[in-house]
Amino acid sequence: MKDSISKIVKKYGNDKSQLVSILQDIQTEYNYLPRSALDKLSKKMDIPQSHIYSMATFFRAFSLKERGKHIVNVCLGTACHVRGGELILDSLERQLDIKRGNTTKDRNFTLETVNCMGCCATGPVVKIDEEYFGHMTNDKVEPMIKKYSE
Amino acid sequence: MPSKLKSPQDLEKLQQMLSKNLDAGKSRISVCNGTACRPYGSNPVAEAFKAELEKRGVGNQLELKVTGCHGFCERGPVAIVEPGNLFYQKIKVEDVPEIVEKTLKGETVGRLLFKAAETGKEVAGQNEVPFYRNQTRIVLGNNVRIDPTSIEDYIAIGGYSALSKALHTMQPDQIIDVIKQSGLRGRGGGGFPTGLKWETCRKAHGDIKYVIVNADEGDPGAYANEGLLSGNPHSVLEGLIIGAFAIGAHQGYVYVRNEYPLALKNINIAMQQAEKLGLLGKDILGSGFDFSVRINRGGGAFVCGESTALMASLEGKTGEPRAKYIHTVEKGLWDRPSDLNNVETWANIPLIISKGPEWFNSIGSKGNTGTKIFSLTGKVNNTGLVEVPMGIKLRDIIFDIGGGIRGNKKFKAVQTGGPSGGCLPEKLLDLAVDFDELTKAGSMMGSGGMIVMDEDNCMVDVARYFLTFLEEESCGKCVPCREGVKRMKQILTDITEGKGRESDLDLLKELSAHLKDSALCALGSSAPNPVLTTIKYFLDEYEAHIKQKKCPAGVCKSLIKFSIIKEKCPGCGMCVKVCPAHAITDMGKKKPVILDQSKCIKCRTCYDVCRMGAVKIE
Repeated sequence: MKDSISKIVKKYGNDKSQLVSILQDIQTEYNYLPRSALDKLSKKMDIPQSHIYSMATFFRAFSLKERGKHIVNVCLGTACHVRGGELILDSLERQLDIKRGNTTKDRNFTLETVNCMGCCATGPVVKIDEEYFGHMTNDKVEPMIKKYSE
Repeated sequence: MPSKLKSPQDLEKLQQMLSKNLDAGKSRISVCNGTACRPYGSNPVAEAFKAELEKRGVGNQLELKVTGCHGFCERGPVAIVEPGNLFYQKIKVEDVPEIVEKTLKGETVGRLLFKAAETGKEVAGQNEVPFYRNQTRIVLGNNVRIDPTSIEDYIAIGGYSALSKALHTMQPDQIIDVIKQSGLRGRGGGGFPTGLKWETCRKAHGDIKYVIVNADEGDPGAYANEGLLSGNPHSVLEGLIIGAFAIGAHQGYVYVRNEYPLALKNINIAMQQAEKLGLLGKDILGSGFDFSVRINRGGGAFVCGESTALMASLEGKTGEPRAKYIHTVEKGLWDRPSDLNNVETWANIPLIISKGPEWFNSIGSKGNTGTKIFSLTGKVNNTGLVEVPMGIKLRDIIFDIGGGIRGNKKFKAVQTGGPSGGCLPEKLLDLAVDFDELTKAGSMMGSGGMIVMDEDNCMVDVARYFLTFLEEESCGKCVPCREGVKRMKQILTDITEGKGRESDLDLLKELSAHLKDSALCALGSSAPNPVLTTIKYFLDEYEAHIKQKKCPAGVCKSLIKFSIIKEKCPGCGMCVKVCPAHAITDMGKKKPVILDQSKCIKCRTCYDVCRMGAVKIE
């Protein structure tokens, strides 16, 4: 772990103003922000842990909890909302048996929401990992989830 | 990759060489692979085109361009074929061989053309399609002509010649004058005159100054900046370099939302290419002007679209805004004079420099010159990115370009300006769309979201939605926003749950007034807009929720009930299969199903699947 943190910090030239990007890279590496990684980061860059914690909790993109193998992201932007995005979220919560922000027991899915993904024309939109699913309806939820279930 | 350009002549030579290739008489297929076309499978379609051309070995007759957003997202994946300006829509992988075959023969694939709604006839040319015909695509138009990851493509169509002109034939003050004369106003929402902003920043004290691109397009339902930054990143970069030269900045920043991976990727590529060609870095085009750019990713905080919050975030701090007694053009990033403009504002700069302020003044209306890009979404037939001259009527956008409301439903409202904007009713459809008129009506331009709502949308629910959004996104620094938005949301939630009181409306108005007066930044002070406009224009809906405990649009779960219209139900059992709560019982063929109210979770699935219209929402 130490090596990968050093590598990321080096990539940004130990520049404290790049903390958001550094945290993004750490999250990409581990799927979330592990406490041990943030400890190392704090020492490496000489930034107080409290400041790192404030950044990690201020920005919505970061997760301090371990996330599942697949990230299910439901768009709740206005365009998706007026076409029933919240009903799709309800449906996902029912089928995955978790509330938004949580991970299934088998650690396969984490259910998250986002405020707009920039493909409003195809709303309601759900994204699993890198795949987009447009014009979602309740009956498309089950096959979509199945595709990513082991 | 061509070698480093050291003078305007080098650029001109390269441009001439590249544009010759462009006019070599080849046929061309431009396939959209923008973010909005991807959910439709544009990526496999683009790959299929590549493979097909390779298989046939016809690269010298037919050129493939995989481009950014074409705008007509509703019909994706889309492509344009030259010659003929043919517009193909909803292309599938299976269609690809036929398109290539026919294009080589100079024929048209009729079934993939757009069909006019009124006549049912095929429309061949892109410029004839009503969605495009009524637009003025000066900024977005180049998206279809270039591969956004190729600087050569951008230079071939005249890219960076405005930069060359600015650096070698104009003085910084002259550039600022031209921008002032053009009347360009900030496209991020506020509409502040760009030239004036630049001038103040140029005159501000200090040797070190910064220029910043605000690409933290956080308005839910707006993706115009995404389409522009991912589809034509060099145009934004060119504008930024010109601005930096005019203001006297040598360092620039591009702050991009992390939720836009494609835009991030393309602006990164663009920056590296520009550096290699000597269009960024030291001694740009031999002018002696140095300028470099850093790209920063956002962290998913809406408030970071606010200038001071964005700058705090660039400094590696949490994105909290500050009071602006001293403007950021005087003291911004690292307390130095900083000029921040929106993606779309920057992309307009090269056009104004190349074509002159008179040309820009000839588009749009007085005081609101040029065009504006809108993300037309929601319940319209033709969703997508739309670029129109300012001053056009709302009706023209929604009905002529947008093709009216889906499924023959009735128009109810259009929401502009995101969470800071408002909902405008049918009687205001003839309103001119510009910065001033929208503000007068209680809404605002914002970053160009335009979400159309029909009779099935509940306006109280929409107001609650925005306040829920703002409550989550409030940074919590100032009390009026942190507490005020929360209370307003609670009141609205109560109303949507049938617990509203008649005094609630006055209380909402009072809280709104306080919030407008006292919040620290625009996120808080404009938060009441969605509430105030819905109360002003849709009072009857609030009253129905509060007095009759009813939701006329059938949206608010606590106030509605699903039931089966026996006469219409043929007992097909579709709803029985999909009901997640097992609340519907099949009574046998040709007998209407029975819905158990006590089990119903009001998920609406049965309503969506029933083709007979036998599910009723009351």
